[in-house]
Amino acid sequence: MQPVINIKNVKKTYIMGTVEVNALVDVSIRIQKNEYVAIMGPSGSGKSTLMNVIGCLDTPTSGLYEFNGVNVGDMNDNELAKIRNKDIGFVFQTFNLLARSDALHNVELPLIYSGMKKTDRKVRAEEALGHVRLEDRMHHKPNELSGGQRQRVAIARALVTNPSIILADEPTGNLDSKTGVEIMGLFNDLHAQGNTIILVTHEEDIARHAHRIIRVRDGLIEKDFMVEDRVLPGVNV
Amino acid sequence: MKFTDFAYEVKEGLGISFQAIRANKMRSVLTTLGIVIGIVSVTLMGTAIEGMSRSFNEMISKIGADVLFVQKFSWFSSQEDFFASRNRKNIDLKQFKAVRDQGSTIAAVSPMTGTRVPIKYRSLSSDGIILIGVNEQYIQVGGLNIEMGRFFSQAESNGDRPVAVLGYTIAEKLFPSETPLGKNVKVGAHSFRVVGVVSKQGSFLGMDMDNRVYVPITNFLQKFSNNRRGMDIHVKAANINDLENTKEELRGILRKVRGVKPGVKDDFAINQQEMFIQTFNQIGGVIAAIGLFITALSLFVGAIGIMNIMFVSVTERTKEIGIRKAIGARRSTILLQFLIESAALSLIGGIIGIIISYPLSLLINQILPTSMPISVVAIAILISLVVGVVSGFLPANRASKMDPVEALRHE
Repeated sequence: MQPVINIKNVKKTYIMGTVEVNALVDVSIRIQKNEYVAIMGPSGSGKSTLMNVIGCLDTPTSGLYEFNGVNVGDMNDNELAKIRNKDIGFVFQTFNLLARSDALHNVELPLIYSGMKKTDRKVRAEEALGHVRLEDRMHHKPNELSGGQRQRVAIARALVTNPSIILADEPTGNLDSKTGVEIMGLFNDLHAQGNTIILVTHEEDIARHAHRIIRVRDGLIEKDFMVEDRVLPGVNV
Repeated sequence: MKFTDFAYEVKEGLGISFQAIRANKMRSVLTTLGIVIGIVSVTLMGTAIEGMSRSFNEMISKIGADVLFVQKFSWFSSQEDFFASRNRKNIDLKQFKAVRDQGSTIAAVSPMTGTRVPIKYRSLSSDGIILIGVNEQYIQVGGLNIEMGRFFSQAESNGDRPVAVLGYTIAEKLFPSETPLGKNVKVGAHSFRVVGVVSKQGSFLGMDMDNRVYVPITNFLQKFSNNRRGMDIHVKAANINDLENTKEELRGILRKVRGVKPGVKDDFAINQQEMFIQTFNQIGGVIAAIGLFITALSLFVGAIGIMNIMFVSVTERTKEIGIRKAIGARRSTILLQFLIESAALSLIGGIIGIIISYPLSLLINQILPTSMPISVVAIAILISLVVGVVSGFLPANRASKMDPVEALRHE
């Protein structure tokens, strides 16, 4: 089966002033559809760079990156934007919602960029908000929502385009542990519904929600293994 | 990009712009103020220029386009010419008669001379009137309309009859409550019978055209003979399209009667409306260009203000740009968003500017016959739109080229 993500010997080098920093030295990963993968590593390990590359926010300096069989390295800015729009759902640590727009508009935004008709996108956005159980908060602005609710809006925004992967960067980092557990439960549900989830975290407890953990250190894959004692979210929201 | 995509992006851009403008009210007001001032000054300048040109055209139309003025001096001659030509021979009745008798392309011709004298009727008097000596054809040549009575006839003109036709304001002044027709007025020391009143004419080059009294020239020359500066000959051409021919014919007649030898330059001038128009177009064009340039500077300052605030706005919203890029906004989307925002700011300024200019243009209308032309309104709106887009371009371009990773990291 064709993997969703096929990364082969990817290298990423930054120039910081006069110093070259090798954020990714040589990384190869394959991720199949409906996998639940956690990318782990301490800060400075290169996991953020890897996430940016996987999320098509950044392109590798060398090596191959195929997304659904298409070479991302050959893509121009617009094509990358299109992939981010349609095939990748981002969930960030700091939620990254638009402060001046209500929940519904935040969720609609990716659909606006993909050119969907107004009536269609409203239906889709409401559906996605229903999915994260926020149908009664649709017209609240982010500052009128709790942290957990904000993250759920962000997850609805990630889901709304029906992406190939959901890419979550420390999604519980700004939440208290109880809310964190709720959010992880939500990811678990999404995975059970057939979504492919890639979780980037430095917390062992969070990572062990996934089926597979990839440990990154010094720009290399240190370890890539299946989790045997998965943490199942105790609270089901 | 499909058109519908573009339409959604424009709509989204408009929404974002108004959110952003509302979120920073004070800043938006101050930025817009620059454009308001610019648009107000440009539209008012445009209105004033329009008024200048319109009042000139109104004025110039009083000199018929088909009338030639045979005079000692050219209207627009340089200083040097003036000294060279001041010893020229006066134009006299003999020359007028030559023109009248020999001219074949002439519709009407009248000699014309004038002097300043007081006028009196019973206890009412007026000091600074201009007494004009002409013949009966001056009614055509000068394009006069008769308010009441009639102009003097050829018989009266040739027979030196002491008849007079009054200008409108003089008639009003001397005869506030009775008809002037048939009354005898005292012009200087001489008595004239009023036969008609000329309709209101307004002023020309600051001269009050209604402050005139017309009498037969023969009579004028007898009674007000202190007339060292001679006279002019006003000629109405038979065919306006053949003005040059008429001019040539006049030249020939006058050169002969004035004894100008072949090869010597004319010692007289044939003036016409055209010369005014040319001179005005030159001077007026320069004034208009300078005026518009100076006022455009204030618009330029406004544009700099918008550019400045847009740079601030882009920097402040780096994170937002990152978010939008992460969820699929293209470069063009971001570019468009910020262009729409600066265009909206500027356009609002332009519209407010026009709203302010309109009453001010009514004030200008007190001095100049003008109204804010719809073309100026359209141009002002277009200019403010263009100013917004142009001054927003650099900031918007910077925003669109931001690296999404860097932008997302920005706090």
